[in-house]
Amino acid sequence: MAVKRPGRLIAEVVTVVIAGIVAFPLYWMLLSAVKPAGEIQSASPKPWTLHPSFDSFSRVLTVSGFGRYFVNSLLVALVVVALSLLLSFLSAVALTRFRFRGRTVLLVMTLVAQMVPVEALTIPLFFLMRSLGGAVPALGLNELGSLVLVHLAFSLPFAIWMLRGFVAAVPVELEEAAKLDGASRMRFTWQILFPLVAPGLVAVSVLAFIHAWNDFLFAKTFIVSKTENQTLPQAILVFFKPEDTDWGAVMASSTLMTIPVLVFFVLVQRRLVSGMAGAVKG
Amino acid sequence: MVTLQEAPSVTAPARRPRRKGDGRAAALYLAPAGILLAALLAYPIYQLVLISFYDYGQPQAAGNAPLVFLGFANYADLLSQAQFWTVLGKTVGFAAACVAGSLVVGTGLAVLASRVRSLPRMLLFLAALGAWSTPAIAGSYVWLFLFDTDFGLVNEVLSGIGLPFEHHSWTFGTLGAFGLVAAEVIWCSFPFVLVTMYAGIKGVPDEVLEAASLDGASVWRTTWTIVLPMVRPLLMIATVQSIIWDFKVFTQIYVMTNGGGVAGRNLVLNVYAYQQAFAGQEYGLGSAIGVVMTLLLLSVTGLYVRAQRRSAAWL
Repeated sequence: MAVKRPGRLIAEVVTVVIAGIVAFPLYWMLLSAVKPAGEIQSASPKPWTLHPSFDSFSRVLTVSGFGRYFVNSLLVALVVVALSLLLSFLSAVALTRFRFRGRTVLLVMTLVAQMVPVEALTIPLFFLMRSLGGAVPALGLNELGSLVLVHLAFSLPFAIWMLRGFVAAVPVELEEAAKLDGASRMRFTWQILFPLVAPGLVAVSVLAFIHAWNDFLFAKTFIVSKTENQTLPQAILVFFKPEDTDWGAVMASSTLMTIPVLVFFVLVQRRLVSGMAGAVKG
Repeated sequence: MVTLQEAPSVTAPARRPRRKGDGRAAALYLAPAGILLAALLAYPIYQLVLISFYDYGQPQAAGNAPLVFLGFANYADLLSQAQFWTVLGKTVGFAAACVAGSLVVGTGLAVLASRVRSLPRMLLFLAALGAWSTPAIAGSYVWLFLFDTDFGLVNEVLSGIGLPFEHHSWTFGTLGAFGLVAAEVIWCSFPFVLVTMYAGIKGVPDEVLEAASLDGASVWRTTWTIVLPMVRPLLMIATVQSIIWDFKVFTQIYVMTNGGGVAGRNLVLNVYAYQQAFAGQEYGLGSAIGVVMTLLLLSVTGLYVRAQRRSAAWL
């Protein structure tokens, strides 16, 4: 575009300044996590530290069973990712590659299902998990299985919607060629189609991971009394007391909670952005 | 929504003779997701509506008292509460501020990003991705800490330049607390708008922009009369998506205002329903709030579906 140079330079300076502002809370989180205790609870906080220490991290990792919560969160998130990939891929294939009556209706429903305010369903889901626990203990209240189930259900509609675009982009000729070569539909689906929609699968897994990893409400509601099955957000709450908050520990545990998502996000950001754009454009 | 249960049973014969048996295969492929969604999305919605018609408190939940059908009494009770209307009003106002903020910031930065070279743009996108990927609970705590009464950087800086902000409590006043939460929500939700709108702006063909600039159109004019109309469908989607997210904010309000603020001044519908149900043991009333919220959001969904349908071949 024909923009004059000084104008662009100003725009670039503004962009960098804004990037700094947007990133600042993250910098502050990291900085406060490595500040020594005396500098955190200080009436005149400084935007740097000359004495970085890992005291806050070691307090978090030793005192509260943080590792246990971390593993719980990771376990729930990874199981949700694996299952949502499998189920959404199968559904997306059926909805794009197969012709059957009611296909359009189902497509509209996957869209509508994304709009359901899942938080409002906390009450019926609480009772559902309570009765489910009577039949299958591993899926009832207080168990990680209940969290897997709800996050799986809530991430599926968007996952199906997103993968649909990727599956549709694979040319039908490819399937016909595979058929001519004697490949069964099953074989085509898993050996050819599955690898071809990899970018979509990446985007779907990131979103499902974040969804499960960030959850606060359902973990708080479902894990009533079995504290060893809590997830990360509850671990941070331990350090937060209205009058006597251990800010160093809160920031250190927030950092530890953010890092896996951040790494995941940065690694796949290119594919995620194209995946999002693909889904949004339909 | 309840019709989701039909998903596994679609076995109608295929229309095209070439594709016989598609129906059965489709049913097989759709069954796992269909059953799961029917059990964990459609059925709970049905249950939510059902519970909202009953006097459902702790004795009923424990199975120690018979269920009493109330009809619309929970709703009548709710609609006659002054607090409900206050909370509804605050929810709409709060969500509107968050939506407007994310859209203005996200779209503005998308326009800016499309005009700069790749290094500053990359820095901006990295920062935005960082904000986007911060878990709501971690983000809430960082913002709380930045604005802390005694140890916060913001009070330190503001009082440092002579403003009366020493030991100022940002979370005590209704407006201050809502503002602080809204800032955090905008911080972590504008990146979605940025990415979406940037993709839209990049999708405008270069020839169109060149033609406009040859005709002597200013940058400002090109943005308003050419780029904006072309990205309108995406803008619509970003708007509706933001409305849906911001109307349902739970974690940030719950954490940053400690469960809804001093004397419930900072409650939004989601937190209000949660408090009624799980703290007040009024599951019937809580469900009624949930139903009201669902209906409000589904009307927004109607707009979304229409917007999607209008934006070309979406099926």
